[in-house]
Amino acid sequence: MSATPVAVSERGRATDWWRNRWVRFAARRTLRLLVSLWVLVTAAFFMVHLVPGDPIRAALGPLAPADLVSAQRHALGLDDPLLVQYGHFLRGLLTGQLGDSIGSQLPVSQIIGQRLPATAELALLAFAVAVVVAIPLGVGVAVLTRHGRARRTELAFVSSTVILGAVPDFVLGVVFVFVFAVNLHWLPVAGRDGASSFVLPVLALAVGPAAILSRIVRVEMLSVLDTDYLRTARAKRLSGPRINLVHALPNAVTATLTVSGLLLGSLVAGTVLVENVFAWPGLGSTIVQSIINKDYPLVQAIVLVYGVGVLLINTVVDVVLAVLAPRSTIGVD
Amino acid sequence: MQRWSRAARTPLGIVGFGLLAVTLFLAVFAPLIWHRQAGDYDTDNLLAGASGEHWFGTDNLGRDIFYRVLVATRLSITLAVSATLIAVVVGVVLGAAPTLLGRWIGRPLIGLVNILVAFPGLLLVLFFAIVFGVGAKGAVLAVGLAGAPTFARLGHTLMAAVAGRDFVAAARASGVRPGRILVRHLLPNIAEPLIVNATIGAGGVLLSFAGLSFLGLGVQSPDYDWGRMMQDGLGGIYVHPLAALAPGAAVIIAGLAFNLSGEAVARALGVQVDVAWRAVVTPTRHRARAAAPPPADDVDPDLVLDVANLRVAFPHGGDVIRPVRGVTFQVRRGEAVGIVGESGSGKSLTALAVADLLEFPAQVDADRLAVLGTDLHDGTDHRHLLGTSVAMVFQDPMTSFNPAHRVGAQLAEAARAHQGATRKQAWRRAVDRLSAVHIHDPHRRARQYPFEFSGGMRQRAMIGMGLMGAPKLIVADEPTTALDVTVQRQVLDMLREVRTTDDVALILISHDVSVVAEVCDRVMVMYAGRVVEDLPAADLAVAARHPYTRALVAAVPDMHSDLDAPLATIFGQPVDPAHVPDGCAYAARCPLADRRCRTQEPTLTSGVACWHPGESLPVPHARDAREVDA
Repeated sequence: MSATPVAVSERGRATDWWRNRWVRFAARRTLRLLVSLWVLVTAAFFMVHLVPGDPIRAALGPLAPADLVSAQRHALGLDDPLLVQYGHFLRGLLTGQLGDSIGSQLPVSQIIGQRLPATAELALLAFAVAVVVAIPLGVGVAVLTRHGRARRTELAFVSSTVILGAVPDFVLGVVFVFVFAVNLHWLPVAGRDGASSFVLPVLALAVGPAAILSRIVRVEMLSVLDTDYLRTARAKRLSGPRINLVHALPNAVTATLTVSGLLLGSLVAGTVLVENVFAWPGLGSTIVQSIINKDYPLVQAIVLVYGVGVLLINTVVDVVLAVLAPRSTIGVD
Repeated sequence: MQRWSRAARTPLGIVGFGLLAVTLFLAVFAPLIWHRQAGDYDTDNLLAGASGEHWFGTDNLGRDIFYRVLVATRLSITLAVSATLIAVVVGVVLGAAPTLLGRWIGRPLIGLVNILVAFPGLLLVLFFAIVFGVGAKGAVLAVGLAGAPTFARLGHTLMAAVAGRDFVAAARASGVRPGRILVRHLLPNIAEPLIVNATIGAGGVLLSFAGLSFLGLGVQSPDYDWGRMMQDGLGGIYVHPLAALAPGAAVIIAGLAFNLSGEAVARALGVQVDVAWRAVVTPTRHRARAAAPPPADDVDPDLVLDVANLRVAFPHGGDVIRPVRGVTFQVRRGEAVGIVGESGSGKSLTALAVADLLEFPAQVDADRLAVLGTDLHDGTDHRHLLGTSVAMVFQDPMTSFNPAHRVGAQLAEAARAHQGATRKQAWRRAVDRLSAVHIHDPHRRARQYPFEFSGGMRQRAMIGMGLMGAPKLIVADEPTTALDVTVQRQVLDMLREVRTTDDVALILISHDVSVVAEVCDRVMVMYAGRVVEDLPAADLAVAARHPYTRALVAAVPDMHSDLDAPLATIFGQPVDPAHVPDGCAYAARCPLADRRCRTQEPTLTSGVACWHPGESLPVPHARDAREVDA
């Protein structure tokens, strides 16, 4: 009997704790991340099993001796029942044992360790460039073109961003190579050697996202500039920059951030194409080669790396959004 | 269909549909016409540059690149369209699952879709490309399935909206099979947005496909699409750039063709883009100054606000509407002036115009518009004057504070901007002003965000914000309309208190005659952009002369109103500012109106603008009878 009050208060504290909206948000978001990771890992596992026919035979070619094929199959554990294989796969992931590449016989984790930094550099730099260009551009054009002012500026901005946003990054890369490397000799054609070699691939990746993002920023700014609280700011006769940057911009940032998170995710994937244009020694050129060579352990691992990268980016964006705009993301009780 | 053809006539539509027509024409006919030219080997001209014979030069086997680009249209477009179809069909079926099969199957599926949508398309494409293997067929499946989650989510959202409607519920209740519900009831209602999105999506699919072929994972030799041609041309970009650039240009053009056509239709179906008011009005804000009388040298020091013949105009669909048509009034130190009228009478615009808060494309003209003796239209910057001496209180306190900043900071910044206060001084003043408007615990409250304040508190904080300077005039635009009755009282008391302690003038805009009568010294009644009567507040109930004023007063129930009789209303509709009639604007609703009222507009003389001021009104029964006759 004497324990009862304690138990009640314990439960009371637990529900208090659970009532905290940040705790609930963290729990919900973590669960979502874990489920997504599980879907990703499972998909990567079954990917190889979904390949029609015998993947090992396909990888080694029709001329490979039968005992080599069966030895390889055995080495990869493909003889085991599916569930056992799945268990091995999960255990391997947790311990960092991703197997060896069929082609080079090197540990997959070693290949990824060598290649990943180059890809990450490219994606992050391109993202930074896109954001740094898009936000001032979008804000500036929004302020200039409010309520149908400066029609020509608006038309020029909208049409050029629509076109730039529609040009695929690899085509842009090829055009850049032609103009700046082949014709003008300003920058190297390909490879990763010194700061100048970064310029073209980063630009090729950044232009499209910058165009899309600046349009979003402009639209968001336009709607914020028409709100009542901006009228209040004007009624206080604050300076133009203060009204636009301190009062309007923070409120326009929510949607901008959501979109930029998606853009960063697609940038990670976009590196695959751009790396192939510029012979960039990253994961993108590796995955294409290993798909063509049917090097399944390597493909599986790279897909996982890309997927985990995207999931982490999405999670970080959600958390940042929750901190910046708590009301819209995690809700007020 | 009509709307689609309208979309095709917009500038965006002309470009989009034009490109699309060319692309589709080439897809159908190019292989038939130029098949031979595209396949011929010109062994004398391997990797040749552009020439009269080969416009874009030749590839490493001497084949003409120009014709190959044209002929490649068919394969590129066919593959893109097939992949889009796969994406739409699989997507719609997935998206329909929760609606048709119930939540136990549907919800996990949609959860999965939401997870998949979070992955970039290209990553999904690569995933499926691994499963289906290298080659065109595998690539179509890969790109199509990779696009399915997007359409699943779109379809789910659209169908969830339709499924809630009665006819679907009726069909389901009468036992119609799910497949039939999908085909007969759901699809027709979501077809339009689905087709628009599929068109835009086809542009994206085309680019993905080109990317896949460019990586060498899509179309394989000897077939060729644009992506494949780019891959083949990239190696020789030093020698022969056109081999890579020409197919690249084709990809961009075809992608834009789908994209722009879809966007054009989306715009035609959705938001109307208003371009009509481009040429109508050029901002001529200060134009009327030339005609203005010279500013009086002997400015009355008691005059806080001096307005003469104020006009506000807006461009509107090729025309100009004039919601404020010549308003003249003055406000003296410490005076409280009410402006009443129905919505659309121009009272709020008048208030915003005198506070210099109307923006382009609104056009404000006045013979004189002066605050504390300073002409606002003299072409100089009056930020400081207005920032310190005119305070604004707006209608909706819930939306008038910036949600991103603390309340205290929003008050403090005015002092920093206009009084050169330090951060600390400004903050202290903000806390002091919050306590002046009776906000308890102002230190804590100043650090809170607006959403932590109640509506009445926000409105008081808003008044406190106006008191950061030393205002001579408070313009309050419907300050109590959004509040409930008990809170209204607090806010009105607050305004009265501020007014008497600091001898501040007040302009109170309201549609509520009783509020104005209670707070103000003088009342201006506005109708259709003009002042129709200007009288002491005390006379409102007993000595109003304009029939409109009397109707407004009569519409207010009081303690003696007959609770069984219907509440009095004003017969007819307010005037549409776009169609102000000749003569007295109120004539159509006025029981006293005669021929003269309908042709000649009365001006404001000795406080009233009416041809029949103070004449007795016919009894309500007579008006009802007239209404029936009409």
